[in-house]
Amino acid sequence: MPTYTMIVNGKPVTVEAPADMALLWVLRDKLGVRGPKFGCGIGVCRACTSHLNGAEIQPCVTPVAECSGQEVTTIEGLASGDDLHPVQEAWLEQDVAQCGYCQPGQIMAAAALLRTKQEITDEDIDRIANVCRCGTYFRIRQAIKSAAAKM
Amino acid sequence: MTCDNEVPVPEVRAPVRRRQFLTFLVAAPVLTVAVPGTAEAVIPTLPQPAEVLDLGDVLILAGTPTAGALAVLSVGEDGVVTLELPRAEVGQGITTACAMLVAEELDLPLGKVRVTLADARPELLMNQLTGGSNTMRSVYGPVRQAAAAARARLLAAAARKHGVAVERLSTKDGAVILPDGRPIVYGLLTSAAAQLTGTFAAQPKPAEEHRLVGTPQSRIDARAMVTGQFKYTLDQDVPGAMPTVVRRPPTINGSVRSVDSAAAKAMPGVLAIGVVPTGVAVVAETFGQAMAARDALKVTWNAGTIDALSDKEIRAKLQAAALPFVVPPLLTQHLDMDFDFAFVSHAPMETNSAIADVRDDRAEIWAGLKSPIVAQQTIAAAIGLPESAVKVHVMQGGGSFGRRLFFDAALEAAQISKALRRPVKLMWDRKDDMRHGRARAASHHKLRATFGLGNVLTFEHRVASVETDFRHGLGEILTATAAKLPVGGNLSFAQTVFLTTCKVPYNFGVVTSLLNEVPLRMHTGSWRSVYSANTRGAEEILVDQLAKKMGKDPVEFRREFLKTARQRAVLNKVVAEGEWGKAMPKGFAQGIGFHDEYKSCTACLVEIDARDPKNPRVVRATIAVDVGRPINPRGLEAQMLGGLTDAISTTLRAGLHIDRGLPLEGSYSQFHYARQKDAPLDVKIHVMPATGEPGGAGELGVPAAVGAIANAYARATGIVPRSFPIIFPVDFEPFPR
Ligand code: FES
Ligand code: FES
Repeated sequence: MPTYTMIVNGKPVTVEAPADMALLWVLRDKLGVRGPKFGCGIGVCRACTSHLNGAEIQPCVTPVAECSGQEVTTIEGLASGDDLHPVQEAWLEQDVAQCGYCQPGQIMAAAALLRTKQEITDEDIDRIANVCRCGTYFRIRQAIKSAAAKM
Repeated sequence: MTCDNEVPVPEVRAPVRRRQFLTFLVAAPVLTVAVPGTAEAVIPTLPQPAEVLDLGDVLILAGTPTAGALAVLSVGEDGVVTLELPRAEVGQGITTACAMLVAEELDLPLGKVRVTLADARPELLMNQLTGGSNTMRSVYGPVRQAAAAARARLLAAAARKHGVAVERLSTKDGAVILPDGRPIVYGLLTSAAAQLTGTFAAQPKPAEEHRLVGTPQSRIDARAMVTGQFKYTLDQDVPGAMPTVVRRPPTINGSVRSVDSAAAKAMPGVLAIGVVPTGVAVVAETFGQAMAARDALKVTWNAGTIDALSDKEIRAKLQAAALPFVVPPLLTQHLDMDFDFAFVSHAPMETNSAIADVRDDRAEIWAGLKSPIVAQQTIAAAIGLPESAVKVHVMQGGGSFGRRLFFDAALEAAQISKALRRPVKLMWDRKDDMRHGRARAASHHKLRATFGLGNVLTFEHRVASVETDFRHGLGEILTATAAKLPVGGNLSFAQTVFLTTCKVPYNFGVVTSLLNEVPLRMHTGSWRSVYSANTRGAEEILVDQLAKKMGKDPVEFRREFLKTARQRAVLNKVVAEGEWGKAMPKGFAQGIGFHDEYKSCTACLVEIDARDPKNPRVVRATIAVDVGRPINPRGLEAQMLGGLTDAISTTLRAGLHIDRGLPLEGSYSQFHYARQKDAPLDVKIHVMPATGEPGGAGELGVPAAVGAIANAYARATGIVPRSFPIIFPVDFEPFPR
């Protein structure tokens, strides 16, 4: 079985895995990084959303081989120590989470968006396709706007 | 110090007198409605069963014998107070609301209260079921009582230690305050308090003295959630429990005929494969490998239980099953309408999952469970162990909406663990969760209203629904409380649930609502608001059309016919805040809906953009809600927001198509639960001031919003929707079976 080295949340890790194994299972089952959640496995629910070199990816449809030598950031790696990312702060301020299961993915999607764009419109937010089955969308919208205003 | 049930818990609510129940037996309507000579007064409707005793009252009644044992509180030496709550948190925010109750009674900062979910506690009998929007209603008394008793003990311990009379002590910020002002923190008193003998009478604070309860608070678990530290079932590590998935049949309830697992066994990471009653289980080192091996299995299947049925046949059965109306439409003006609602998946984000470790002499289970005692009993029987040998841990769930009343994943995980003789971490994949999981039953509705001289004379609703499965302990509860139920005759459990939940909030003369069920052997279950979303949603659509026929504005009409001033206040609030009647551009419209249940009531006013009738969007929503006594208004608003999104989804786009024994939908790309692009750009929720005891909230938001959205759609497009979801094509290539 091939081995892959990558940086996960700032730490170099090496794993042995088949080339086509989805990053989600490498993270969750091999590395014990459980922040990214399984919701569909086919890239549509976006509960697993994380970052590859700062850009949004869905680890459930990203083969581990594609991440070799790259920087993977999951929800656990978004804050710097105890200092939360502004998006996380905004999520707390708006008390967004209900069951919370979709929120790591929502937050990572919002953080990736805010990295590329300062002026956020409702149309930008509408394009975030992450499912929240608890229906927290309006609070997510407010939280993104609040984070954008502060960043 | 642990303080559980040392002080007898007084009856929280006034005892309900038997006489009241017997007065309102459900019977055939007495058809003696005279057409009134004047048009002045609305024709009052007799109290309906749900107004006399609703499902929540039934659950409280069944739990009363054990209410004193409900809340287990402990005061730690670190000053942290822990409440072990025998309910399931799945996103409703009950742990936060309960922490607030404890903090209030003990004069503690909220941050010093921890709430954990209790394991299955069989001694609680019927008092460990999370459903019916009943948690805050059922725990408001017992949790405050337990906390008040703990406070009394801490005071007594401080009095003894410092030689002062209890009356001269007070509590503040997690400490007993001595007469000279010195604080003694609870942590220093807890062990002395634990050693005291005797009981300590204590009454919870009167509501007027609440400082924390009733103020908006953020979720106590929010930080763990936004940092990815929060642990759901499959985020736990249980030694030896490896990723496990199941290959399931091509139709609902199909079973394995033969398996060729040679290829799958040889695949990397595969640890074990075995047949269980629900399919073929595969255990591997990672879920990715388990799923790959599952797909490589060659399985032949026996037929399932509804293989010959598709939507068309099911709909025909439902239409045939709706009971006849009683009032002939001959002598009066009348309005008849009928509606169809599709099956709807619960589809919580966290799929069905469980961890099980079954040994020869004991078993341990972890799962999100809303009926853990019944789960424990059923699992014990299935794996041949005494109940006392099966430990069932209740995990916080990633959503439920009724789904986790069922413990099928826990049972299946236990069966796999036993069969393969190893601990397992079972996860359903999304396709199975939608196709073989639970769903809200499809239903057909026939409504008839007769009217004359400005009044509604009769209102009849006939609901035909595919049977909703209540085999998660509700049957036992209804049996135990049968003598007190406000319904007579030989009603089924389902009919009892129907009649103790759905009620028409209007004075519409003689009102009869009847449910008839079509038993189909498929996996149904209560879905947020059970019958009310469809039943009351349909009624709110009829109300708009009735108003139109009678020449009245929908709001004026409701104002006139609502039964109580409290209901009218909620309606008026939403009308004012939502600017009812304002000019709207072409293709846009407002719509309104009202609902009263769980001792709470709510009105919803939406604005829809239906310029393209095939692609509508609710762009703005205003909600007013009266829950009697809000514990945490911020949490309450969250629940109303969730109910609104559920209504947007199920009214406009989200449903399941059944095709030859199986739902076609297998993921969120096919089951169109709302996304951000479908959600309103503006939502305002107004919480009415506290007046009485807490009512329910978790499911309250759905029915009024269903009515409001459908009514807005009708007003915007001129098309009154009759079949839900309104936009429901098979716009995807279904996954292979
Ligand atoms: S699990 Fe990755 S997108 Fe759904
Ligand atoms: S908070 Fe539950 S799915 Fe989003």
